[in-house]
Amino acid sequence: MQEKVITFGRNLVTTKEFLAEGHNFCTGCGEALAIRLACKALGENTIINMATGCDEVCTTPLPVTSWRVPWLHTLFENAATTISGVEAGLKIMMKKGKIPERDIHLVAMGGDGATSDIGLQFLSGAIERGHNFLYICLDNEAYMNTGVQRSSATPYGASTTTAPAGKVSIGQTSWKKNMVEICAAHDIPYAATACPSYRFDLMKKVKKGAEIKGPAYVHILCPCPTGWRFPTNMTIEMGRLAVQTGIFPLYEVENGHYRLNADPPKLKRLEEYLKPQGRYRHLTDEEIERIQQRVNEKYAKLKEKAAAFPL
Amino acid sequence: MSRRVALEASHAAAEAVKMADVDVIAAYPITPQTHVPERLAEMVANGELNAAYIPVESEHAAMSACLGSSAVGARTFTTTAGQGLELMHEAVYVASSMRYPIVMVICNRALSAPLSVWGDHSDAMAVRDTGWIQVFCENNQEAFDLVLWGFRVGEDPKVLFPVMVHFDGFTLSHVIEPVILPEQSEVDRFLPKFQYPFALNPDKPMTHGAFGPPEIYSETKIAQEVAFRKSKEVILQGWKEFGDIFGRYYSPVAQYKTEGAKTLLLTMGSLGATAKIVIDAKREKGESVGHVNLCLWRPFPFEEFRQAVKGVETLIVFDRCISSGMGGPVLSEVKSALYDEERKPKIVGIIGGLGGRDMSVKDFEYVIDRGREIAEKGSDKMLETVGIRG
Repeated sequence: MQEKVITFGRNLVTTKEFLAEGHNFCTGCGEALAIRLACKALGENTIINMATGCDEVCTTPLPVTSWRVPWLHTLFENAATTISGVEAGLKIMMKKGKIPERDIHLVAMGGDGATSDIGLQFLSGAIERGHNFLYICLDNEAYMNTGVQRSSATPYGASTTTAPAGKVSIGQTSWKKNMVEICAAHDIPYAATACPSYRFDLMKKVKKGAEIKGPAYVHILCPCPTGWRFPTNMTIEMGRLAVQTGIFPLYEVENGHYRLNADPPKLKRLEEYLKPQGRYRHLTDEEIERIQQRVNEKYAKLKEKAAAFPL
Repeated sequence: MSRRVALEASHAAAEAVKMADVDVIAAYPITPQTHVPERLAEMVANGELNAAYIPVESEHAAMSACLGSSAVGARTFTTTAGQGLELMHEAVYVASSMRYPIVMVICNRALSAPLSVWGDHSDAMAVRDTGWIQVFCENNQEAFDLVLWGFRVGEDPKVLFPVMVHFDGFTLSHVIEPVILPEQSEVDRFLPKFQYPFALNPDKPMTHGAFGPPEIYSETKIAQEVAFRKSKEVILQGWKEFGDIFGRYYSPVAQYKTEGAKTLLLTMGSLGATAKIVIDAKREKGESVGHVNLCLWRPFPFEEFRQAVKGVETLIVFDRCISSGMGGPVLSEVKSALYDEERKPKIVGIIGGLGGRDMSVKDFEYVIDRGREIAEKGSDKMLETVGIRG
């Protein structure tokens, strides 16, 4: 039977939904959208292993589930490792003729805390061993499931409940950990950033990461109205501004070669992105300028890399 | 034809894993367990064993990978000891709650601090409540037998629980003894192919590991406990089948010269062999003593244990672990198991053999003599110990 698709210009998107309606995500959740799009790109021939977090608790309160693909959750920090067990198990059973040979997209998903904090060792181990799987980090820049506590992916200057802005603190005092570079440093075949505001770019990267042989990593920035404190109808806009200001550039690293996927002729001023968000409300012009400088530097460096090692 | 070969317990266990034709091994090396994964890695590298060996970066990752391979229906094995089991602790619970029949060998080791790579039962006692079927080996033959049996029992569709096979670090893991290895055809007759009824498969999407809100968590846990208690039937059936094929019969509580004995000494693990030498000597002198060895630790064999100590005047429990502020953990459990009995023995506990401290024949003589003395006159010591200075 021919699969039903919708056409968007040159893009064909399946009408099938693998994340069923009726889940418990907040209104305007960027993560729910990212997962929905990622699943459309992956298709039904997929097994997903999800870390503990928003996505897991919003989709599987016993005795119901939102998942129309095989789905597994064990713990918070170990999604990359559990999927490596899935991969090794399927591969050897196919080799021994215990189950029929087929290509199955194996995907681990975790939030920024599960990925860049508590699960970093597990992720590093799994991609170093070279298992054939895709890791998707759903980055909403704090531990949102437990009530907006800081992670190492929380940006400098953001106020969270465990690094709050106060009379003598601006909130987060460290710069966001760069997970794509950490993964790329493992010499894996594919690492990329994505954002649901750029839906076809996101789907293309997820598909590529899943189909490439060996470990792949896609880091998706998921605007979070609850934790970032912006109106729920601005999720797509916030994602666009993150890319257009250069604070979250869209790029991919394929076998050490870089490509910027959205490179506006002129970056927007960072205020446009920071001002609508309650988590940055306390920042002085001086602090914003400090962050702007950092964004400019990092963006320029990325462009240099893309020019020196083009894809 | 079966072969009688010289093997340490680590290699005996590895032979059982090989003969079980395991699909996935995920392990991280730690003393005194290293010989188990080393031997398995060698078997895989030589093509003797057609399995995936995942050289994970920690013990937590070892169990995490096992959860994944078991979820897709692969026969799965791992092994660890001491600190490794502690690091793995969180994932150990998940394996039993998600009903993944992984088999894990523990080469029992003391816990830090101070750092000790040598044997005692502190690691085992810290995982008492994890919902795994658990057995203790007395010798290397048992290490082979119980690993094989572990797959048979754990993977039974009526059970689907993981199985932990404990044997003492160094005392068994590194000591060579004669072990009888069966024919592959006999093993195949004993151990059916693993057919996991809930294997993840895109043709039939299933959700594993949903979260349990308060409205349903309690029911889930009680259902798990009921299933776990019921596994005892298959545990016994598995031992019966094992005996019928291989000629070695096991029981939850091994008894030695217990007939009419007034005093029984209870041990777990390899030290039972030393204790039996003392029992023999005392029996020759006409003393009414016997020995029981707890083989099945979880689910606790209440019925068999009560039967084994029936009519006994004094039961001396030897513990290789301290439950801080409480005493010997096996002592506590045994007392609890016998509390409701109308006629029960005097139960006394002695702690020793910590962190690889040797337990000699003389030490066990002391354990029995001192045990009987405490039973008669009581003790004014905070802790009764053997072979410990100060």
